[in-house]
Amino acid sequence: MMARRARVLILWVGCIALAAFVVARAHYITDLSAFLPANPTPVQQLLVDQLRDGPATRLILIAVEQGDAAARARVSAAMVEVLRKDSQFSSVNNGEAVAGQRDREFLFQHRYLLSEAVTAERFSAPGLNAAIKETIDNLASPAGLLFKSLLPRDPTGELLSIIDQLARAPAPQSRDGVWVSADETRALAVAQTAASGSDSDAQSKAIEAIRAAFAAAAADSRRGTNAGVQLRLSGPGVFAVAARAKIERAAVRLSIASSILVVALLLVVYRSLPALGLGLLPVTTGALVGVASVALGFGAVHGITLGFGITLIGESVDYSIYFFIQSRRVRNGAAGRSWQQLWWPTVRLGMLTSVCGFASLLPSGFPGLKQLGLYSISGLIAAALVTRFVLPALLPQDFAIRDVTPFGARIAALLQGVRRIGRAAIVLWSVALVMLAIAVLYHDRATLWNRELSALSPVPIEEQDYDAKLRADLGAADVRDLVIVSGADLESILRSAERAARALQGLVDDKAIGGFESPANYLPSMATQETRRSSLPSASELRANLKQALDGLPLRADRLQPFLEDIEATRHAALVTSRDLAGTSLNTGFDALVLHQRDQWNALLPLRSAAAGRPIDVARVVAALKDAKVDDALVLDLKQESDSLYAGYLSEAIRFSLGGFLALTVLLLIALRSPLRVARVLAPLVLSVLTVAAGLAIVGVHLTILHLVGMLLIVAVGSNYALFFDRQAHAQGDGSESLTLASLVIANASTVIGFGLLSFSQVPVLVALGTTVAPGAFLALLFAAIGARAGNADAQHS
Amino acid sequence: MRLPLIVLSIVGALCGSAASGAPPPGFSDLDEVMGQLATRQHGRVEFIEQHFLKVLNHPVESSGELRYDAPDRLEKRTLKPHLETLVLSGGVLTVERAHSRRVMDLHAYPQVQPFVESIRATLAGDRSALERLFHLDFTGSVARWTLTLVPLESKVKQSVAQVRIDGMRDQLFKVEIRQPDGDRSLMTLRPSTLP
Repeated sequence: MMARRARVLILWVGCIALAAFVVARAHYITDLSAFLPANPTPVQQLLVDQLRDGPATRLILIAVEQGDAAARARVSAAMVEVLRKDSQFSSVNNGEAVAGQRDREFLFQHRYLLSEAVTAERFSAPGLNAAIKETIDNLASPAGLLFKSLLPRDPTGELLSIIDQLARAPAPQSRDGVWVSADETRALAVAQTAASGSDSDAQSKAIEAIRAAFAAAAADSRRGTNAGVQLRLSGPGVFAVAARAKIERAAVRLSIASSILVVALLLVVYRSLPALGLGLLPVTTGALVGVASVALGFGAVHGITLGFGITLIGESVDYSIYFFIQSRRVRNGAAGRSWQQLWWPTVRLGMLTSVCGFASLLPSGFPGLKQLGLYSISGLIAAALVTRFVLPALLPQDFAIRDVTPFGARIAALLQGVRRIGRAAIVLWSVALVMLAIAVLYHDRATLWNRELSALSPVPIEEQDYDAKLRADLGAADVRDLVIVSGADLESILRSAERAARALQGLVDDKAIGGFESPANYLPSMATQETRRSSLPSASELRANLKQALDGLPLRADRLQPFLEDIEATRHAALVTSRDLAGTSLNTGFDALVLHQRDQWNALLPLRSAAAGRPIDVARVVAALKDAKVDDALVLDLKQESDSLYAGYLSEAIRFSLGGFLALTVLLLIALRSPLRVARVLAPLVLSVLTVAAGLAIVGVHLTILHLVGMLLIVAVGSNYALFFDRQAHAQGDGSESLTLASLVIANASTVIGFGLLSFSQVPVLVALGTTVAPGAFLALLFAAIGARAGNADAQHS
Repeated sequence: MRLPLIVLSIVGALCGSAASGAPPPGFSDLDEVMGQLATRQHGRVEFIEQHFLKVLNHPVESSGELRYDAPDRLEKRTLKPHLETLVLSGGVLTVERAHSRRVMDLHAYPQVQPFVESIRATLAGDRSALERLFHLDFTGSVARWTLTLVPLESKVKQSVAQVRIDGMRDQLFKVEIRQPDGDRSLMTLRPSTLP
């Protein structure tokens, strides 16, 4: 006996040490990929890349608010000046023109290859005449004066047309030299981080850098006081960092709060510190083993798994509660039989039913759910095994907890009242409740499930609205619709992008879309550049054309000698490559629109809607691209795609859950060998799941995938209650049901406390879990108790 | 008792050079002109503008209408030779033509600023705005005056050497802008006869 006990303890300590080692060495990820597919199709892959690392995820929107307008502009300018020198940001823009010497030189040097206006006709006599005339007209306007000194070299105004070409995106309003919101109450800026938006650590550092630059700028009162000026940030990276901090904070705070409450509850019940310490062993072992199995099974642990895993406390604490309270009864009553013989089979069956429920998460395509499934299964098995083998081995000889029989007796007395209602009435009430719940669910069937990915977003609605407002002020930088062209190399995608751009320009002219961006705006394909280069006339031809063109214009041909030289130079110059682009600020824009992964190149052409709030007609875009024979183009509505991705997971998860429920039923049929008993066990669970779902629908909550997980937890926890009542009704020899009741009520209280606290969290996913499981677990116990009383009454009559 | 007097006289002498000295001749007239200009809320005149550019053989001529709304909106509608609308509002210059629309923030283009701000600030009677950018020289009388503006900042000096505005009371009739390279533009104004 001693030897066996020693073996058990050695094995347990060994397992703990191993698990602790794995947990300590495990890799933890905190990005959004828990919500993204594990084995995506190529389209999904593009989508996932966009959601994780797309250009949109790298934007931080910066608003300077309060104070007066001049102070906001001052602070914005000073802050941006500092940030522009910070290598964490690939670009920072607040509307101030940075006379990028290098950019200008690059554009000017390559103007005849980069300008869309360059065609053979432009250098014919009439073409030159028209272009030069326009340039001269421009000189009369203040804006054109900027280009006066360039006239001898660039009489056709190619630099200006390139600048127009690049500045097609609508610019935000400006005031005092910096971008401002439409109502001019805040100064705006946009920073693009060098690191991807999913790199929360890098985002967090970038945000700190912005805050520091702002604080320094606001404190600088040399050019006037900046009193009251405040900073507000928004954007995917900011949200991700805030969400991570919030989830971490919520997980820590709630775990501490629920631990204190549960510990206090257990102390009141046990009145014994050793019992409390022993009682927490199954939970901690379970959590440790759970994380370790996820680390071993998946290679990396999602932070969110840890967050939700805390909730496992609910079920595994129950095991030790059953053990302590029921062991006492074993010692006091049924002589010669141990808890292991009397109660373990029931706990084991309850544990197995829970495992069935959680196993339905394993085949999910959602890595977050997969991990939660494995975590729960391994954690529950470990907790149950510790309860079965380790706790008895560790139990001191004179161990005793307070007698809770009187407490149980009081509850039993309460239930007596219900007993009088009679079996028929209980069945009737149950049927009525089921009908009512189903009626509610059927009535709300269209809106029952929330099929938008944003439902899982930990970002509060208010923050999302603020973000949308800033984006609208900044000229709708929200990339929702994208045309993606793919190819084997950069040249082929640039050519496709140019073909797509011609089709899209038609839509812009028709006002079907507001505009679009393309990497080919920054770097035309070699083919296009070659066409432009070969359209440049020879020196003698150009001289002749120019002579004709200047007829009637107030410009002498000999002034344009530099122009002739530049054209001749371009005719013999090399084409522009992406290497030439590097080092200019244009490279940022270009880089953001070109993705190179594995053997595939993708060019992104983000579309802008024609008017704020007017969605883009994707079908029309698809048709236009098809007409233009851009076959390798794909139109992606990011929001719709990600929502349909999520909706796919949701229906998959619902299917798998029903499968899990079926497996659980089969398991119970095998174990209990009586369809009637199985029905009695399952009835309260189904009833409470339906009631909770209907209750949530009534208060207007749309169910998400986390509510579904919550329902699985109701079944997992509730099956234990139902099985104990079932055992109580069918076991002979130990009549005391007061203790069963007491242990179940205390276990239930700890579960309701744990999950009830989650309902008060700020994180929507945790609230979903809490508001489902807390009432569900309570109802499961209530229904199981009432149903069992009915069954018991029935058994006693027979 | 003597010491404070000496101190006072020194302080007085110091201040005198800066503030309390007699105003340069004509400056009270400038204030009066500015005051008259400032009371006008709207203005509408026709203009003919000639640009004399060395690079061109003969001047470029354009004409149209100038509208002003207090305090900071200036619209220059060019009708000939091409339709062009130029609006200065809130420090932002918008240039609109048949096929293009260009928005320039004047803060970003200090070299463009004197071309428009000189006219706007004068029309607004905003002496302090003028003094932020230019050294002011006022000659003549309220009835017939000439205001010469010389840019203060070196960056601005690269594009504008001098702006000379001629006027009678609250009416401007000639604006000449000289560039450092010898190029200049001359804008002649007269009451609008356009519908």
